[in-house]
Amino acid sequence: MTRLTLDTRVKATLPDPVRPAFERGERDDAVIVNIGPSHPATHGTIQVIAALDGEKVQRVDVHCGYLHRGFEKECEDHTWHNLIPYVDRLNYCSGLINDFAYCEAVETLMDVEITPRCRYLRTLLSEYSRIADHLTCVAASLMELGAMTAFLYLVMIRDYVYEHLADLTGARVTYTYGRIGGLARDLPAGWLKRLNEILDQYEVFVGRIHGLMDRNRIFIDRTRDVGVISTADAINWGFTGPILRSTGAAIDLRKDAPYLAYGELDFDVPVGIKGDNYDRYYVRMREMDESVYMIRQLIDLLPEGPINVDDRRCTLPEKHLVYTEIESLINHFKLIMDGPDVPAGEVYTAHEAPNGELGFYLVSTGGGTPYKFHVRSPSFVHMGGVQRLIEGYQLADIIPTFGSVNMIGGECDR
Amino acid sequence: MAAAILALMQQRLVPAGGEASLSHGMLAVVVPPTDLLGAVCRLKSEFAFDLFLDVTAVDWPKRTPRFDVVYHFYSTTHRIRVRLKTRVPEGEPIVDSLVSLYGSANFMERECHDMYGIVFRGNPDLRPILLYEGFVGHPLRKDYPKLQEQPLVPYRT
Amino acid sequence: MKRTTIPIRQANAPSAAFEYFSTKKDEFVGWARKFSLFPYPFVTACCAMEFMAVSSTPYDTDRFGAALPRFSPRQSDLLMVVGTLTHKQAPVLLRVYEQMCEPKWVMAFGACATSGGFYQNYAAVAGIDKIIPVDIYVPGCPPRPETVIDAIMKLQDRIAGSRHPIITATF
Repeated sequence: MTRLTLDTRVKATLPDPVRPAFERGERDDAVIVNIGPSHPATHGTIQVIAALDGEKVQRVDVHCGYLHRGFEKECEDHTWHNLIPYVDRLNYCSGLINDFAYCEAVETLMDVEITPRCRYLRTLLSEYSRIADHLTCVAASLMELGAMTAFLYLVMIRDYVYEHLADLTGARVTYTYGRIGGLARDLPAGWLKRLNEILDQYEVFVGRIHGLMDRNRIFIDRTRDVGVISTADAINWGFTGPILRSTGAAIDLRKDAPYLAYGELDFDVPVGIKGDNYDRYYVRMREMDESVYMIRQLIDLLPEGPINVDDRRCTLPEKHLVYTEIESLINHFKLIMDGPDVPAGEVYTAHEAPNGELGFYLVSTGGGTPYKFHVRSPSFVHMGGVQRLIEGYQLADIIPTFGSVNMIGGECDR
Repeated sequence: MAAAILALMQQRLVPAGGEASLSHGMLAVVVPPTDLLGAVCRLKSEFAFDLFLDVTAVDWPKRTPRFDVVYHFYSTTHRIRVRLKTRVPEGEPIVDSLVSLYGSANFMERECHDMYGIVFRGNPDLRPILLYEGFVGHPLRKDYPKLQEQPLVPYRT
Repeated sequence: MKRTTIPIRQANAPSAAFEYFSTKKDEFVGWARKFSLFPYPFVTACCAMEFMAVSSTPYDTDRFGAALPRFSPRQSDLLMVVGTLTHKQAPVLLRVYEQMCEPKWVMAFGACATSGGFYQNYAAVAGIDKIIPVDIYVPGCPPRPETVIDAIMKLQDRIAGSRHPIITATF
């Protein structure tokens, strides 16, 4: 029998792209284990090098950067409008929040005020995206614990949300819907009616998850008192978002420094008790419920009116004017080819993304392209602090802890 | 309330010869690199800026000093943000590290070092974090060409 | 008189019965292999969302036999590279590909895996076919689940129609 040979066309030495922080553990008999970067439970692309003493993790070295796609350098080459698709792909689970946070940063630089309808619609869609992100996070982390049914339920309802957003924006996952000065298009007919249907179905599905998970012996054993962190520690290590709120601190940008229409909404900020994995799961579930409550209020509060602000500097003129008037044609041409003229200055705008504080630091020297574009991504900062959640616990606890931290590769590595 | 804190900060933090400005509602203070650690200590202890948000750098190739290292802080009690800037030259891009004050400074300073080459004196671990071992250069500097790739695996022909 | 034609087949061609038998064997093995694909989801970026959607109940890949992911390269035969490949990740992908046993197929899932997407800079590899051979490319950013299912079906057609030497190099 002849042996089949492997594909030997590529003969390459494989250099190790990282240098680990330690070669041996604290004790001589510690075992060094490499988890990732191609691993089902690391949400894509994180490498964790752990020194183990039996099953207990002594020391851990987290390596990110395997999805560094050069976002910041890429954006310096594109106009302020052109780079909105790149911004989308930061936290791809909740693409709309990235869009709106970026657009608000540029609108601050340009001193443009968005219309009331746009403000309320952006708030509604931000909360809708938050639901999609939390659904994804909870579904993935439950699946990694073995709860396949919960994953299938949550992905089902998430799929309804995706199809619904595809009705509005044209895409299921990466929307590119925000525009500087407004939004790409207005709501189609029947969109709000379908939204109400989806919110009702959401309650049915999430009720099932609560029934399956909340008092489940196995789930509680695996997540209670695992990955515990205190509030002071969390703030020191830069945690924001549901992780910080699970420690008991009600710190939420939507309440502390209201932006968009959050100041007019009535909602609670769910907090946890101990700062462990169970609390993070429960904070996310409750945040989804609060988001649904906010969306229901916003559907009633949504005013009529234009979506885009009537400002030549950033809003594209209507197509029928572009084709008939020369001024609109030139305006359209300049906006597309050169980009909106943003005055010189710098701004830092932060929104409460599902993972924490998502900040955009933009530096403009006038003109249509950014001079410097920096994203303060919550996942990256969390990766700096996640060793506090992993060290001292067991190897098998890395999986639920990582799931509860919700590291999104696109946001962490940009 | 926020305005009072900002006024107090502006009065106390700006050293002789420093600058402060209000940029779109956020106080931006420029300090010389030698005063950086002291200023951040005071921000943390006196003004309760407990959350360290971000450190990044801006490259102005035609200006001396070349780099602007930019810090953002947030106070969970007063609910305001502040921006701190310091300027370092190209030949000696060294600033003090904030790892002794904030744990989150570790990763963020590593990223700034990766992208711009700013050396954070006191950071125990300045390995590449977003880039890989063997990557030559600092990509976010203006003189690094965007398309210059440094592959680790030879391409198939 | 000796004919001087150029033969279509090699000189000592196997018999017709052998050819018929090996074609039937290829069809049978192809049928078995195409309906029992074990994907290795090499997931990196946003396409993961659509991969999760296509594996779950709304657009089930289990109907095509390609549902059970095997997260060990030794146990899988379809390497689905889902998302952007960066230069830092490239050695990892090459190592995973080389660890997989024959027969193996590679699916480039999404625009970034196919050609680098719209990331043209120092960090992203312009398509995984610069590193490993690819059998099927799935366009889209991210591709709709129906596109992925279409790609799986096309790959299954290719598997069904190709030769599967399992005992010797020719049979």
